[in-house]
Amino acid sequence: MVASTAIAVPPLGEYPQPRARFRWREPSVLPGFGLTLGFTLTYLSLIVLLPLAALVLKSLELSWDQMWEAATSARALAAYRLSFGAALLAGIVNLFFGVLVAWVLVRYHFPFKRLIDGLVDLPFALPTAVAGIALATLYAPNGWVGSLLDPLGIKVAYTPSGVVIALIFIGLPFVVRTVQPVLQDLNKDVEEAAASLGAGRWQTFRRIIFPSIMPAALTGFALAFARALGEYGSVIFIAGNLPMKSEIAPLLIIIKLEQYDYAGAATIGVTMLIVSFLLLLPINILQRWTRQRAGEN
Amino acid sequence: MALGKPRKEARVASLTESPAMRAGLIGLALVFILAFIVLPLLAVFTEALRNGFGAYLTAIEDPVALAAVKLTFIAAGISVPLNLVFGIAASWAIAKFDFRGKSVLITFIDLPFSVSPVIAGLIYMLLFGAQGLMGPFLQSMDVQIIFAVPGIVLATIFVTFPFVARELIPLMQEQGTEEEEAARSLGASGWQTFWRVTLPNIKWGLLYGVLLCNARAMGEFGAVSVVSGHIRGMTNTMPLHVEILYNEYNMVAAFAVASLLASLAVVTLIAKGILEWRYEHELAAIPR
Repeated sequence: MVASTAIAVPPLGEYPQPRARFRWREPSVLPGFGLTLGFTLTYLSLIVLLPLAALVLKSLELSWDQMWEAATSARALAAYRLSFGAALLAGIVNLFFGVLVAWVLVRYHFPFKRLIDGLVDLPFALPTAVAGIALATLYAPNGWVGSLLDPLGIKVAYTPSGVVIALIFIGLPFVVRTVQPVLQDLNKDVEEAAASLGAGRWQTFRRIIFPSIMPAALTGFALAFARALGEYGSVIFIAGNLPMKSEIAPLLIIIKLEQYDYAGAATIGVTMLIVSFLLLLPINILQRWTRQRAGEN
Repeated sequence: MALGKPRKEARVASLTESPAMRAGLIGLALVFILAFIVLPLLAVFTEALRNGFGAYLTAIEDPVALAAVKLTFIAAGISVPLNLVFGIAASWAIAKFDFRGKSVLITFIDLPFSVSPVIAGLIYMLLFGAQGLMGPFLQSMDVQIIFAVPGIVLATIFVTFPFVARELIPLMQEQGTEEEEAARSLGASGWQTFWRVTLPNIKWGLLYGVLLCNARAMGEFGAVSVVSGHIRGMTNTMPLHVEILYNEYNMVAAFAVASLLASLAVVTLIAKGILEWRYEHELAAIPR
């Protein structure tokens, strides 16, 4: 840049600042960027992006009015209502019990704790169809749990409550697994300070511990809720699947497909996708919030 | 998730709950786990053995059941290695380099997790089905994807797509690029660097991802159900065979096949637990 020493050196501020050139990637001595990124993008497009585009294209075969009608028919609305309501209810149950289980696993010592800790992940590992038939058998009027509830007049299997039970099972690990690490990293000093200043245990929990684990718990809730909205395998066996009553939205897609109403199935699919994406946004914000709070500690 | 020994100061009155409260909370948590996790698992094995071990074996040795087992292995055998290669490639590109649009790419890789399995099946149906976008073309070429094994494999690949990548990306990001750069400066080729430096560093994380990927691949129900067509002995995987047997009220056989899948889940959990315990340090970056 400096052509000759004879030229007076300008004050520092007047040097042309090296402009940050737009670069797609930072230079690196490691090889394989083109190969791995190329493969990643090709595979991603073929398996995920193009097929998802087909879904949108197919639903566009319908006119706007037809689309609206397919997406908001009475039967579809009832299915969304059930899917949302049951997912919300199951999420709330899991929010409470998830925090409880995480608390017990982190703070207390009791026999078989490791085993219980491992078992929490079972809903992730157990195939949904297996969970479905097991829960349906347990909660049927002659099942182990159903036979206890039946005399009380409580029917679970083949009713909307059955859907909630299945979704509680499916969503159980999410809250536990998001809250557990936060509880483990929680600084005991703050609790000790609160106690030394005269706070009771409940006060300490409500004012100190609860605010710290709340973002993680909400993240877990949102993840469980999102998973529950799309869940199919574990629900259909216990739900009863009566139209307008105990029929979930994913099942409605399958029914439309069986009736060769591809565009109708695609429309309900797109509606569910839009809702899932709208849900992803708060989940991401929550997760960032959780990470930032964790970073502060 | 090992915890240190209980600290003495934790027993100071206002720093912990009263013994009664503690016992109550533990009891409530255990009842919840018992009702929602242990009972369903027990029910699978109890129902499977209801008519004795002989009936159990007969149900499993049924040729149609064996065909379902075989198809399940084929589907997992193709989709897991493919997603393994993808996972390594994606995490190499994402963790070892800085480029624009990285976070968008990561979001797209995670996409299959936020899509309902039924929609995963639906998209292939709309693409390759008889009335699908490519249906007429495939028919003229005499290729069948939907209601055949390729569709089942594709749906399985979709639902298990992020598993390996998602375990490896944080792990490789944490390990950084220094060791690879050192290997390169000492004259190692790209492949040598990968085989001798990177792979040994990530092998346990890789195994962890493959374990979870395989469990899901073998157990997937919704996505596969849409594209399979449920042809007995031809396009039924184990979970689909369980459904058919159950809907035919053939409970012992349904739970017998289900017990194989439940055993797979238990083995997966045990292996996962061993990995987490034995290689806690190596796996620390992986969010669990």
